[in-house]
Amino acid sequence: MIDYESALGDRIRQVKPSGIRRFFDIANEMEDVISLSIGEPDFSTPWHIRQAAIDSIEKGNTFYSPNRGFAELRNEISSYFERRFSVSYLPESEVLVTVGGSEAIDDCIRTLVNPGDEVLIPQPSFVCYQPLTEMAGGVPVPLETCAADSFRLTPEALREKITPRTKLLILPYPNNPTGAVMRREHLEKIAAVLRDTGILVLSDEIYGELTYGHTRHVSFASIEGMRERTVVVNGFSKSYAMTGWRLGFALGPAPLIGAMTKLHQYGIMSAPTTAQYAAAEALRNGDIDIENMRCEYNLRRRLIVDGVREMGLECFEPEGAFYVFPSIQKSGLPSEEFCRKLLTEEHVAVVPGNAFGDCGEGFVRISYSYSLKHITEALGRMQRFLQK
Amino acid sequence: MQEKILKLLEENARLSNRQIAVMLDTTEEAVAAAIAEYEKSGVIKGYQAVVDWDSSAPGHVTAMIELKVAPRRDSGFDEIAHRVMEYQEVESVSLMSGGYDLLVCVRGSSLQDVAMFVAKRLSTLEGVLSTATHFLLTKYKENGFDLTDGNEKDKRSMIL
Repeated sequence: MIDYESALGDRIRQVKPSGIRRFFDIANEMEDVISLSIGEPDFSTPWHIRQAAIDSIEKGNTFYSPNRGFAELRNEISSYFERRFSVSYLPESEVLVTVGGSEAIDDCIRTLVNPGDEVLIPQPSFVCYQPLTEMAGGVPVPLETCAADSFRLTPEALREKITPRTKLLILPYPNNPTGAVMRREHLEKIAAVLRDTGILVLSDEIYGELTYGHTRHVSFASIEGMRERTVVVNGFSKSYAMTGWRLGFALGPAPLIGAMTKLHQYGIMSAPTTAQYAAAEALRNGDIDIENMRCEYNLRRRLIVDGVREMGLECFEPEGAFYVFPSIQKSGLPSEEFCRKLLTEEHVAVVPGNAFGDCGEGFVRISYSYSLKHITEALGRMQRFLQK
Repeated sequence: MQEKILKLLEENARLSNRQIAVMLDTTEEAVAAAIAEYEKSGVIKGYQAVVDWDSSAPGHVTAMIELKVAPRRDSGFDEIAHRVMEYQEVESVSLMSGGYDLLVCVRGSSLQDVAMFVAKRLSTLEGVLSTATHFLLTKYKENGFDLTDGNEKDKRSMIL
């Protein structure tokens, strides 16, 4: 008989399962649950993009693409990134099309990290960086951010955690779950700390199109001297509401993208062909779709921030992504307890902040990728819950 | 800002002035003033619920009727359009380009009802040359609302 527990590799055994899985299993079984927990757009992919995919299937374009992705798509990605964020990448050697931004993150970490190397991860942040670092044999080093700093990474916090083993800094902005953004002046300060080091940067800019302040998202690669040390990860999921298509991309210096391509080639071969045709159409004709969705998110953002503050919860004003991250310390409950009670008593599902790192304790993540009607109803229930 | 107020109200006329003000980053007073002005100038004609009559009250029948009419020398199509509008059964009247002139939407309680209305009231009007009645079978989308999906469940899954 096989002892499966000891059959598993050491690294995967050390990876913690997602702590809130069970919580959502409960939510799924309840009737009448109104959820503000999902982290993907509520819009379907714009029709012209879907149509491009259908056309490609009708024409019989059902074969593997080149490992790096179709040249046509890489050209579009390159011109898109230059048009929107003013950084240029060579389509033939500095662009890799991946299975979602997630694969690009995994490829990048595994390509760069040696066993024992330290990876700096600002938190609260999306849940994948730590386990992927562990799977690569690296050592995750959390960099705590706080509401007082608008959940931005400060140069002081960064400098404090740099050691001779520091290999890579993750920059997850605009941020999931806090909605924080790093403006040019904040990125400049981070760049100043990194400039004389050999530290590389993985800039996860998947929410780069979804910012609501007066200034647009600034890519870390556009900061002077940073392009040479940065791998930018982006994709189609959030900007074009294409989550299920599983398509993202990495941009970076040719030697890094080349090495990541080796990993991608052996592990994945190539990203889905149909999705690539859809993505090329999105980049060619989809700027207006982004703008429409961004405006809609912005209305909801204002409504939900106001609603949460009206309940008496402190809430940092998020400027990006589609989440608000209010403090629930006033309730006197720890995050998980708060979420469990809110779910059982008022049937509203939100995500406990500590799912995104220990320093997320005392907060909850509320998504506004829901209709106005849905948001209004959920806010009403939350208010009732807090008044009890 | 002004046009956005209209868009929001068109989507949901029951939003409060305060909610609209918050969403558009302006004051409640500014929203109230803008809406009052729209009402006064007639840009906003009224506030209605978008009702799916098929699911609430079976037995209602809607028909789109194409009218070919002879325009008057001085008043063109306006005079006859106004006469058609007067009937309570008529929901909407539009002047169209193409193969006919007026498109008239009529609602009644039965096929017979609507057919009789067309035969007795519309086709006999002076200036009406011919009518073609199309009964509405299923309405898929109305005022931007999908009428087919009912309370469709969120298709998204929790993947975190």
